[in-house]
Amino acid sequence: MNSQASTAETSHRRLLDDREYVGLDEVSGPIVGVSGIHNVGYNELAEIVDRRGTTRLGMTLEVSEGAAVIQVFEGTSGLKLGDTRVRFRGHPLTLAVSEEMLGRAFDGLGRPFDGGPEPIGEERDVNGLPVNPTARDYPRKFIQTGISAIDGMNTLVRGQKLPVFSGSGLPHRQLVAQITRQARIVGEDIPFAVVFAGMGIKHDEARFYLKNFEESGAMERVVAFLSLADAPSVERLMTPRTALTAAEYLAFDLGMHVLVILTDMTNYCEALREISTQRQEIPSRKGYPGYLYSDLASIYERAGMLRGKPGSITQIPVVTMPNDDISHPIPDLSGFITEGQIVLDRDLDQRGIYPPIAGLPSLSRLMKDGIGEGMTRADHAHLASQLFASYAHVKDIRSLASVIGEEELTALDRSYMEFGEIFEQQFLSQGPEEDRSIEQTLDLGWKILQSLPREELHRITEEEIRKYYGR
Amino acid sequence: MAERIIGTVRRVVGPVVEAGNVTGVEMLELVFVGDERLVGEIVRIRGDVAWIQVYEDTTGLRPGAPVIGQGEPLSVELGPGLLGSIYDGVQRPLDVLRMQMGDFVSRGVHAPALSREKRWHFRPCVTPPCRVQGGAVLGVVQETEVIEHRILTPPWVEGELVRVAPDGDYGIEDTVATVSTPGGDVDLRFFHKWPVRKGRPYAKRLACAGPLITGQRVLDTLFPVARGGVVVVPGGFGTGKTMVQHAIAKWCDADLVVYIGCGERGNEMTGVLTEFPELIDPRTGKSLMERTLLIANTSNMPVAAREASIYTGITIAEYYRDMGYNVAIMADSTSRWAEALRELSGRMEEMPADEGFPAYLPTRLAEFYERAGLVTTLGGHEGSITTIGAVSPPGGDFSEPVTQHTKRFVRAFWALDKQLANARHYPAISWLESYSEYIDDVAPWWDEKTNESWRELRSDIMAIMQKEARLEHVVKLVGADVLPDSQRLILEVAAMFKNAFLQQNAFDKVDAFCVAEKQYVMLNIIVTFYTLAAEAIQKGVTLASLKRMDVVRDIMQMKYECPNDELNRLDTLLKELEESIHELTSIYG
Repeated sequence: MNSQASTAETSHRRLLDDREYVGLDEVSGPIVGVSGIHNVGYNELAEIVDRRGTTRLGMTLEVSEGAAVIQVFEGTSGLKLGDTRVRFRGHPLTLAVSEEMLGRAFDGLGRPFDGGPEPIGEERDVNGLPVNPTARDYPRKFIQTGISAIDGMNTLVRGQKLPVFSGSGLPHRQLVAQITRQARIVGEDIPFAVVFAGMGIKHDEARFYLKNFEESGAMERVVAFLSLADAPSVERLMTPRTALTAAEYLAFDLGMHVLVILTDMTNYCEALREISTQRQEIPSRKGYPGYLYSDLASIYERAGMLRGKPGSITQIPVVTMPNDDISHPIPDLSGFITEGQIVLDRDLDQRGIYPPIAGLPSLSRLMKDGIGEGMTRADHAHLASQLFASYAHVKDIRSLASVIGEEELTALDRSYMEFGEIFEQQFLSQGPEEDRSIEQTLDLGWKILQSLPREELHRITEEEIRKYYGR
Repeated sequence: MAERIIGTVRRVVGPVVEAGNVTGVEMLELVFVGDERLVGEIVRIRGDVAWIQVYEDTTGLRPGAPVIGQGEPLSVELGPGLLGSIYDGVQRPLDVLRMQMGDFVSRGVHAPALSREKRWHFRPCVTPPCRVQGGAVLGVVQETEVIEHRILTPPWVEGELVRVAPDGDYGIEDTVATVSTPGGDVDLRFFHKWPVRKGRPYAKRLACAGPLITGQRVLDTLFPVARGGVVVVPGGFGTGKTMVQHAIAKWCDADLVVYIGCGERGNEMTGVLTEFPELIDPRTGKSLMERTLLIANTSNMPVAAREASIYTGITIAEYYRDMGYNVAIMADSTSRWAEALRELSGRMEEMPADEGFPAYLPTRLAEFYERAGLVTTLGGHEGSITTIGAVSPPGGDFSEPVTQHTKRFVRAFWALDKQLANARHYPAISWLESYSEYIDDVAPWWDEKTNESWRELRSDIMAIMQKEARLEHVVKLVGADVLPDSQRLILEVAAMFKNAFLQQNAFDKVDAFCVAEKQYVMLNIIVTFYTLAAEAIQKGVTLASLKRMDVVRDIMQMKYECPNDELNRLDTLLKELEESIHELTSIYG
C-alpha cells in the first residue's frame, strides 16, 4: 500500500537476517518466552523451529532488553524448552500480493491451502496502516443486492462495512452467499472481486461458500483465506489482516471493487481473548481485553474508498451473537464501529421467513447518502421511513393483541396486524435465488402500505401519496 | 531545556514504552522515541526508569533505541490557520500529512500544525508605548470570512509594549510585537504554544446565562443547554449519537465549533469534511467550514493519540474563548477516550477499578468538563465554551462507569433511546429519561424573546408526556378503546407532539434547522390544541370529529410547510385552529 514502507522493510531484512537463537524460557499455551536475544522489535515475525525441523510462525507481543514474548500462530504442542530454535525475521508478518492470488485459497498466514505454488509478489505488512481521513472518499454508490429487506430498508453502499449479526443455526451462510452472487452496481457491468476470510469455521461451511462461488462462476474473482476450525486459534488473529491486505492490493493497486466476507468474527474475538488471558492482561467485559474495540477497529476500518482511486473495499463481516444476545461485547463493539448491521431474527426464521432480517434493529448508516433521486428513486427515503414506523407500531399492536386477544382490537389496529403479516410474508420474504430490482422492491413497499389507511402515513408527502399510493 | 537524549528504550508493550537509564526528565515531557522519532509523552517516572505513552504505532521499535527529550510538555500551536483544518489527536495536520506521505498515515512524520508559508494581513489595534498583559489584543487577522482572529498577548507576558508591526502581511513566525518585561524584551509572533493538559487562565468565571440554540426542537425546547454549559449524550450503537452531534455542529448558534472525532469512524470525519464546506450557515450566509475545526483520531489510529485528542480540542477551544468567542465543542465519543485511558493504564500495570477502568477516570473526566464555562477573559471580554460529550455505553446500559461518572460532572443529560431509534424516531432523545438543569438559566431569554411564558408552556407539554407514559401502561393491558375521550386526547396530543414536533428530519431543507421563534409557536399550537380540544370534549364534542379537522393535517405538516422566515404562516395556523375548534363546539354544544 505504501512503497516507502515496503522498501524500508526490505532493507531491514537484509541487515538483520539469520538472527537465530536456541532454547526457550517458557511455554504457556500459545505463548513462548525467549531470552538472551538482541535487537528484536515489537510486532516482529519469528520462526520457531522444533527438533523435528518443523517451522512455525509467531509474532513478538512484548520486547524488552534481551527478552521477548512471542505468540505462536500454529500452536505450541511438541515444543521443548531446550532444543527449539527461534529465528527473528526483522519485519512484521507480510503477504506477497499479486494478481495471481485471484482464484486461489490460502491459509490464515497467506500460505497456499490449495496445493498451488507459493505466492510471489510484493511483500506487504499485513497489519496495514490507518487511512488518513482526508484521503477517504465518502461512500455513496448504491449496491443492489436483490434482497428487498436490504435494498429497501437497509441499503448497502460501495465502501461500507455492514456486518450480519446472526445466531447459531440461522441462515447467514445462505444470505451472505446470496449477497455475493447478486451484488451489483446498477448500470455498471463490472462484477465484484471477493476476498473471503474464514476464521474458525467448519470445513463443510467453507466448502459451502467455495462451492457457491464455483457454481456462480465467480471463483476466478475470489481469493480465499481459510483458518478453519481445526487450525490453531492464534492463526485466526492474522487471517482478517492477511485477507484485508490482499483486498487493499486488489482495490487500491488494481482498481477493483472488492467485497470482503469475514466469517466468523466471533471466532476471531475468542482467539483474541484466549491470548489476552494467557498473558494475564486485565480483562474488561466478559473477559475480553480492554483493547477489543481498537483491535476490531483496525480490521473494520480497512473498508472504504480513497479519493482519486478507482477501487473500493466493501466489508460484510459475520458476527454470531452468543446466545442471540446483541448486547454481548462482540456484536456490541462491532456495532459501534461498523456502519450499521443486518440482524437475523430467530422468530422470523422459525416462522419460515427467509431471509429472516429483523425489521427494526437492522440499520444501514450510509443508506441516506446512497438513495434517492438519481441513485435509487426519489420516494425511497420516505417510503423506507414509513415502513419502519408502521412496522414498529405493528410490534406494539401484536403485544397488545397477545394480552387482550385479536377480536378486541379496533379496526385500525387490525389493519396494522394485517400490514405486519403482509410485510413479513411478501416484503421480507423472498427466495434464496430471487433477485429483485430496486424498482420491484420499492413498488412492493407501496403495495403493502395499502393495507393501512392513508391518514396513518405521516412520513410521506401528499405528492408521493398521489403518485404511488393506490396505484 | 532543549532537545537531548534522556535514555534508551528498555521494553515495548504496544503503545507503552519503558525507558531505562533516564536522567533529568519531567513528568508529561514530550519525547521522541527511536530512530523514527515517534512522538510520546512521559507518564510515569520511577528511579531511572520512565514510562512513555507513544502516540504512534510502535511496530518494529527495539530495546536500546534512543529516547530524546524535548524539554517541554505536549503542546498545541495557537494562531491563525487553525479554522478549517483537520488535525489528528496531537495536532498534526492530516491534509498536509496526506500530501507528504500519501493516503495512509505512516509513522514518524512531523509537520507543523500551522502553515509557515501562509501570510496573513495584520491590523494592529494598540499603539505603543502602553502596558499590556496576558490576553490583551494586539491586533487582528481576518482568519476566515466569518472569524476575525484576535492576536492575543500570551497569558504569561506582561509589560510595556514597545513595538507593534504596522498594517501589512506577515508570516506566522514573523515578530509582530515586542514587549519589554522585567525579564527582558519578549518578541511576540502570531502564534504561541500552550500545553494541552493545562487549562488556559481567565479572569473570572460567570454563571451561565442564555441558551446555546441548537436548532433542534427536542433540545432547545425540552432540554436546553446554556452557553458555557456541559451536556452528555449517551446512547448505544445505532441510536444516532453522531447524527445529534453533527446536527448541533451544523446549526448551533456558537461562533465557532471544535469537533473531536475521538476513536470513531473514518467515514464520519470524511462526511463532515465533504458536507460542511457545502452547507451554508443560516446566520452568516457563509460556508459552515469557515467556523469549524476538526480533530480526527479515528478508531484505527494510535490509541494514545486518542487519549490526547480531547485535550488538544479543548485547548484550541479555550484559545478562541480567550478572544471573546462563544465556542461549542463536541467530543464524539468520550467512551473511546476512556477506553484509551483504560488500555494505557492496563499496559502500565496499574490497579484497575470498575470494569478495568483506572481509578482516576472520574478525576480526568471532571478536569475535562470543568474546562467548559462562561468566563470573563484576561482581556476583559466575555467568552464561553459549551461542551457536548457523547458517551457510548456498552450494550446501551447507562449504569456503566463512563456514563455514571460523566453524569456527576454535567448538568444536562440527553439520553438516546433504542426503541425510538428502532422506530426511526429521530432525534431519538428520550423525553422521559433526559433532563436539563439549565431551565432556570435560559427561561428569561425565552420569555424575553417571546414576550410570553415559555416555561409554563414547556411544563404543560412535559406534563402531557408524563401522563401519556402512565396511560400507555393501561393501553398495553386493555387497549386504547376503553379509555374515555378526555384520556384518549392525551394519547392523541402526545402522538401529535412526537410526530409534528419532536421528530426532526435532518435531511429536509426546511426542517433540519428550526429557529427559536418557530419552536415556540409550534409548541404553542400543540398546547393550544390540547387546551381547546379538552374544553370541547367536555362540551360533548367527540375526539373523532376533532381529529378529522383539516387543521390537524396542517399541524402535522407545519414543520415542513413553514420555513424559518415565514413564521406568520404559523400564526395563521394558530388562528385557524382556534376557529375550527370553536366552530365544532358551536355545532355540538
